[in-house]
Amino acid sequence: MGKRSIVPFGPQHPVLPEPIHLDLVLEDEKVIEAIPSIGFIHRGLEKLIEKRDFNDYMYVIERICGICSFMHGMGYCEALERIFDVEIPDRSKYLRTIWCEMSRTHSHLLWLGLLADAFGFEALFYQCWRMREKILDMFEASTGGRVIFSVNKVGGVLKDMDKQMLESFVKEFDAMEEELKKLCDVFLTDITVISRLKNVGVLSKEDAITYGAVGPMMRASGIAIDTRKLGYAAYNDIDFKIITSNNCDSYARCEVRIGELFQSFDIIRKAVKQIPDGDIATTVKGNPNGEAFVRLEQPRGEAIFYIKANGTKYLDRARVRTPTFTNLAPLTKILQGCDYADVPILVLTIDPCVSCTER
Amino acid sequence: MAKPMKFAGFALKNLFSKPATYGYPFVKKEYKERYRGKIVIDIDDCLFCGLCSRKCPSGAITVDRNARTWSIERMGCVQCANCVEGCPKNCLHTENAYTDPAAEKVVDTYQGKPVEKKEEAAAPAEDISDKLPVANLDECVFCGLCAKNCPANAITVDRPNKTWTLDESACAHCGVCKAKCPKKCIEFK
Repeated sequence: MGKRSIVPFGPQHPVLPEPIHLDLVLEDEKVIEAIPSIGFIHRGLEKLIEKRDFNDYMYVIERICGICSFMHGMGYCEALERIFDVEIPDRSKYLRTIWCEMSRTHSHLLWLGLLADAFGFEALFYQCWRMREKILDMFEASTGGRVIFSVNKVGGVLKDMDKQMLESFVKEFDAMEEELKKLCDVFLTDITVISRLKNVGVLSKEDAITYGAVGPMMRASGIAIDTRKLGYAAYNDIDFKIITSNNCDSYARCEVRIGELFQSFDIIRKAVKQIPDGDIATTVKGNPNGEAFVRLEQPRGEAIFYIKANGTKYLDRARVRTPTFTNLAPLTKILQGCDYADVPILVLTIDPCVSCTER
Repeated sequence: MAKPMKFAGFALKNLFSKPATYGYPFVKKEYKERYRGKIVIDIDDCLFCGLCSRKCPSGAITVDRNARTWSIERMGCVQCANCVEGCPKNCLHTENAYTDPAAEKVVDTYQGKPVEKKEEAAAPAEDISDKLPVANLDECVFCGLCAKNCPANAITVDRPNKTWTLDESACAHCGVCKAKCPKKCIEFK
């Protein structure tokens, strides 16, 4: 047995977009144990609900994260709509679905870029982010924002997309898909990429269940669970298959996310084809009273929103359980026994969002 | 099947294609029509009800009803446009251009026109920020105009049963109900 030493990793580290700290217990070059600690960017957003009108808090909750901002706002609104027991117009459900999937595509492209950067392939990183920029432009045209969209409201959405806009988006996605296929081919077949991802950070199916993995992390271990199948927004009307992989390693996580990227394009195409005409919001009167749970599939995995209202305009509690928080436990598992040089890649394969985790 | 040089095609193409970035500052990006760059106000239409100020998540807007001024801290504004959605007079809107960068925080203050007699009811000089509207039901015709115009949806009028109810926690104390009442039967107490 070699001599054990503890190496700190983060909170400031070139590979980390956000601060998380890991104490890595090393034996020579092998990681024996990883102890994560968080708490560097806690902002107290959940506490703020006690001071804000529930309608205005939508603009606060979507600032939990800059990548899944649309889905945070949507989850919050869906929970309140359940408390109010209102059915939102079908058109707004489809609009939410389209924006959700656009969020997923830009999140996965961001992740692919960061992964390429983590193993030192900077040219590939820039190509991914160049493509992502086009999706951000589409968000800018449709919502008025590139990162924070502010289009959700309790009872529907605030902005509509006309037929011309939707068709122009589909055309752009079609053009992007061709180029993206070639780019993803680099991730899936290039020898330099494969050598860094294959058989690295294996999380078996049993471990994925035991440690409570969610999202692409879980699906890459062969578990076919996707909360979109619960049928929130317009997912009930859109047919899609859950993408899984049985390889259980970092390559499988990359494969699943690439599969989901193209699947999102398909869902957007189907949603644009099926979107009905009509109102985009329904009026919600009064104050909420009761509690509700909403589960939805963010790009990083399943998020849970819990809202407790007391009949006044100030809510008692707005709790969000984010996917990264849940994926930290599987991260400690996959880090056990890995090479020290693989730690940045493994930290990235859970697609960490520490802002979400700490709120 | 792992293959070498998969990226070579991209690398070669990039050598002979135009840059993906804008040639700033010579080429400037055109913002999309819906882009939320900054909040602008038609100050002549403003009621100074203060609803925008109460709705602002970052507390960037200050409304002084007595001095008839509306001011916004430009660097504090998060461009959520909640004020635009909540404005009962639709006098706020977003413009698709940013506030110019500055070394110091910018506060833009707009001065409204002095109160004319006919506007007095719409923008009462009295401070009603801690008062609630009360309807004189003997005079009320239950037309529902107050409920329809209430920006906070705080009033419910049931014409068949002749009831007028106020959700006190939702009331924004803006005075729009009083201004809109055709029978002038709403008072703030």
